[in-house]
Amino acid sequence: MANLQEQHSSDPRPPRTLYDKVWDAHVVKSYADGTDLLYIDRHLVQEVSSPQAFAGLVAAGRVMRRPELHIAVADHAVPTRNRHVALREGLAAAQVARLHQNTRRHGIPHIPMRDRRHGIVHVIGPELGFTLPGVTLVCGDSHTSTHGAFGALSFGIGASECECVFSAQVLRQRRQKRMRVTITGSLQPGVTVKDIILSLIALVGVGGGVGHAIEYAGPTVRAMSMEARMTLCNMTIEAGARVGMVAPDDKTLDWVRGRPLAPLPQDEPAALRDWATLCSDPGALFDREIAIDAGALAPHVSWGTTPEESLPVTARVPDPAAVADPARRARMERSLAYMGLTPGTALTDIAIDRVFIGSCTNGRLEDLRRAAGVIRGRHVAAGVAAIVVPGSAQVRAAAEAEGLDRIFTDAGFEWREAGCSMCVAMNDDRLTEGERCASTSNRNFEGRQGKGGRTHLMSPEMAAAAALTGRLCDVREGTA
Amino acid sequence: MTIAPFVRLTAIAAPFAEAQIDTDVIFPARFLLLMEKAGLGRHLFHERRARGGFVLDVPPWDKAQILVTGPDFGTGSSREQAVWSLVDFGIRCVIGTSFGEIFFANCFRSCVLPIVLPAADHACVLADAEAGRPLTVDLPAQRIVLADATTIAFDVEPHRKAALLEGLDEIGAILRDDAQDIAAFEAAQKAARPWLYLTPGQLACFDDIKESEDD
Ligand code: SF4
Repeated sequence: MANLQEQHSSDPRPPRTLYDKVWDAHVVKSYADGTDLLYIDRHLVQEVSSPQAFAGLVAAGRVMRRPELHIAVADHAVPTRNRHVALREGLAAAQVARLHQNTRRHGIPHIPMRDRRHGIVHVIGPELGFTLPGVTLVCGDSHTSTHGAFGALSFGIGASECECVFSAQVLRQRRQKRMRVTITGSLQPGVTVKDIILSLIALVGVGGGVGHAIEYAGPTVRAMSMEARMTLCNMTIEAGARVGMVAPDDKTLDWVRGRPLAPLPQDEPAALRDWATLCSDPGALFDREIAIDAGALAPHVSWGTTPEESLPVTARVPDPAAVADPARRARMERSLAYMGLTPGTALTDIAIDRVFIGSCTNGRLEDLRRAAGVIRGRHVAAGVAAIVVPGSAQVRAAAEAEGLDRIFTDAGFEWREAGCSMCVAMNDDRLTEGERCASTSNRNFEGRQGKGGRTHLMSPEMAAAAALTGRLCDVREGTA
Repeated sequence: MTIAPFVRLTAIAAPFAEAQIDTDVIFPARFLLLMEKAGLGRHLFHERRARGGFVLDVPPWDKAQILVTGPDFGTGSSREQAVWSLVDFGIRCVIGTSFGEIFFANCFRSCVLPIVLPAADHACVLADAEAGRPLTVDLPAQRIVLADATTIAFDVEPHRKAALLEGLDEIGAILRDDAQDIAAFEAAQKAARPWLYLTPGQLACFDDIKESEDD
C-alpha cells in the first residue's frame, strides 16, 4: 500500500486526517451554518432501538430508501440458553418478534437467533464484510464506534436518527474536532488493549472526548490484531467520543477479503486503491494530541460506577477525603457507596461472586483464547458463578472447533449461546442486588448488569484470573 | 407522540446536579423492552425514585418542566428512551455544564432544549432551582431569565433553534428539499465506489436463512 499512498502525494489539497477524508467523501450538501448532510452507507439495526423508528416511518407514510443497506439482528434481549423454550412469551419475545415483523414488512435482511451468522451487531458487521474501510456506518447503539477499527466512520445514533436513515439514507451532522491518540511501547505480558483503553478513559474522563473524533495511531496500534483494534474503538464512546478510528492496513484487508459482503473480485482493485488513501496525511492537524506509553501499563480494573473510575490492579480503592473538588468527591462517595467499597482496600482484596466473559468489547475469538489460556487445567473458585457468552455464533463455532468450550466447561464455566447477555442484563442473565462481578464488558454504570449489581471492568485474562481466585487479582502474578 | 414546538417556557426547575448521570441511571435497561414512547415517564430515574424522596417526586419540583443537571449528564448508551421518559414526565428543557453527545442530539428530536452553561451561570440557575423559584427560558432571545430578572445568555445551533421553534419535521424537510441532491450523490458514488452497492448476488448469501415464527 505504500506505493499507492505516494501516488496520491501530488494531491493539491491541504493535508487531511483520516476522519476528514471519509467525511468529505460522504457530504451530500453543506449548509450555511457549517453542518453537512452526510450520506450513510451501512446501517445495523437491533431490536431495542428500532421499534419506534419503524413505527415512525410507517406513521409518516414513508418507505425505506435503500433496504439493502440495512441488516437487522436481535442481540440485546435474546436468551443465551434454553433457546428452544426461553423466548416464547413476555416483553423480550415481543420485542424480538417485532424486529422480525418489521424487517419482513420493509424488506431488509434479518438474521434470526438460531442462524449461524447470529450475534451482537458489532461482532457480526465485521464478520459479514458489511463493515468496510471508508464507509459511513451507523446503528442505534453507542458502541457503533467499534467499526472504526476498519477505517470506517461509524457512530451511534438515537432511534429518531435511525428513522431518518431508513427514509432518507442521510443524517445532518456537524463535523467533529479531531483528536489523535498515539500509542507506543510493547504491552507487557498479561496487559492488553483493554488496559490501554481503560487507562485512556481514566486519563481524559467520560466527557473528555465529547465533540471529538478520535484516531488511534502509533506502532502499538499497527501491531494490534483487528480484534484488539475493535476493542479499542468500541470503548471510545466511554471517553465521550462517538467516533474512534484506525487507518486500514494489510491486517484490515486480510480480515475483509473473502467475507460474504466484501467487494466482488472485479471491484477489489479499485477498492484497494481507494482504501490505500485512508490514512491521515503527514502534517494533518489535530485539535488535541494524546500520547500513551503502553509499555508502562499494568492491568486495569474499574472500582467505581463510571469507566473513568479505573486504576491499575496494584492500586487501592481511592479515598474521597483526599479529593479537594467537592463535586468530584461527592461523585466518588456515591460510587463507593454503590459498590460497597471502603477507601484504602487493596483492589486485589475485593472478592467477587460472578464472572462474565463476553460482549461486543471482548467477546471475540482472540478474547476467548486469551481467557482460556489463563484457566486451562484450573478450576473456578468455590462460590463463583462464571459464564462465557461468545459475541457471535461464528465465534462460538470457531472456539468449539479449537476446543475452547471444553477448557471453559472443564474449569466450571457455563458455555452459552451468543448475545449481549450480562453486558446489559435485558435477558435472564443478570446480577442480583449486591452481587459483584468481574466483567469483560464496557460499562460499570449503576444497575447496568442488573439492579443493585456491582461491576468491575477488566480484560478477559483478568476476568479469567478473578474466576479462579474468587477475587480481583493481578494476572501477571499467576493465579495460585 | 406529537410534541409541541419550544418557544418560551416559564416553569419550576428541578435541581439534580450529581455528576455523570448516565442514561442507564436516567432510564434503566430493563425497561427498554417497552416499545411505546407514552408512559415511559414512570421509569424515569427508576432506581433513584424507588428509594423515595427523589427531587422529581417532591413538591414543588414534581411539576418541574426544567431539569438542572450536573456535568456529563446523559453519557453512555444512545437510548432515546432517556429523552422520551423526560418528555413523558413533563421536562422540556435540561440545563447543565456538559452532556453526552448522543443524548444531546436526541433531545432536539423530541423538542427538548438542552442548554450548556459555564459553571458560574449554571450555579445561579441551580440556586433558583433549589429555592423552587420559577425560571423563564426564552429561546428566540436565547436567554434564561432568573426570578430576580437577571438574564443569562445561551448558545444554540441555528438550524436546531429553528427546528425547535417551528416543531420542524427534519426528515420531511430533507425528503422535500434534498431528494435530488441525495440521488445525485448516489449516482456519483456508485460510479466511483461501486463496491459499496451490494448486488443481489452478494445479498443472496442470506437466502439460506430459515425464519421461524418465534425468531
Ligand atoms: S454487548 Fe453490551 S455494549 Fe455491546 S451492543 Fe450489546 S449491550 Fe451494547
